[in-house]
Amino acid sequence: MQNFEDSPLRIGAYEFHSRLIVGTGKYPSMEAMQAAHAASGAEMVTVAIRRVNLGEKGGSLLDYIDRSKMTILPNTAGCFNAREAVATAQLARELLETDLIKLEVIGDTQTLHPDTRETLLAAEQLVSDGFTVLPYIGDDPVACAQLEALGCAAVMPLAAPIGSGLGICNPYTIRIIKERAGVPVIVDAGVGTASDAAVAMELGVDALLMNTGIAAAQNPVAMAEAMALATRAGRLAFLSGRMEKRLYANASSPMQGLIGAPSA
Amino acid sequence: MKVEINGEKRELPAAEATLAEVLAALEIEARGVAIACNDRVVRRSEYARHRIAEGDRIEIVRAVAGG
Repeated sequence: MQNFEDSPLRIGAYEFHSRLIVGTGKYPSMEAMQAAHAASGAEMVTVAIRRVNLGEKGGSLLDYIDRSKMTILPNTAGCFNAREAVATAQLARELLETDLIKLEVIGDTQTLHPDTRETLLAAEQLVSDGFTVLPYIGDDPVACAQLEALGCAAVMPLAAPIGSGLGICNPYTIRIIKERAGVPVIVDAGVGTASDAAVAMELGVDALLMNTGIAAAQNPVAMAEAMALATRAGRLAFLSGRMEKRLYANASSPMQGLIGAPSA
Repeated sequence: MKVEINGEKRELPAAEATLAEVLAALEIEARGVAIACNDRVVRRSEYARHRIAEGDRIEIVRAVAGG
């Protein structure tokens, strides 16, 4: 059921056919994560960077990601200023041999809203250091335009707080961001269920990044498939150009030739 | 030699003079980690040559689950 040929999603020098980007956090098991990744059809997956626990043995997360099918997008989650984010990005580049970085600089521990000033500072340094920068940012058209002007390869506004599953809280700002952006707009954070994914894609955004919406579902594998279908459905509906909304009814069947009507 | 590894103060024996030797002593595979020494990333190809100095701050990181 893949009749319509969509254009690929281009982020910097990278090209993707799936418009769904998934995470690796909060899954009940590594096996559930792997199955959900497969069901999602995603071609890019986020990972975090943390200190090794000295003296602790264990497998690597990377053993559960098929890098022939999935591009790894390391993040700077947990960073609270530009200095930490840049240092994390540099370590991620060495570790994963990628110039891709999801720039995340948190400004508030309860809402996990980004620190816009520090995000802009880090973005500038990372772009000049040759990174392909995908910044997580508020649904702020001005901040998004500034990040684009600094050379970010995409902008990733939140639709609702990270891990909240509240859906697309302000569709108007997301739409304004998309209408003005010259780089891909990826809704990052807030998608809780399939209809949220469809709503976001119908607004015209280029892709979705989600973690908790899939990982915290009772059945992450089924939800991953639901998100894949909804992402594609929303994308197709956007490209199709929806009908205009009307206040009153407008019959779909002809009003002529009704039985029992007096003949003309 | 006194150093700090991932925020922990450690006393390194004389046999651990390079990053490669420190990793081996910690039983950490170089393939799965990245290392910064005093805030500068050290390329994996340099571990065997990179000599550790008194007071160095060493960060050893890996990929973990996240969104």
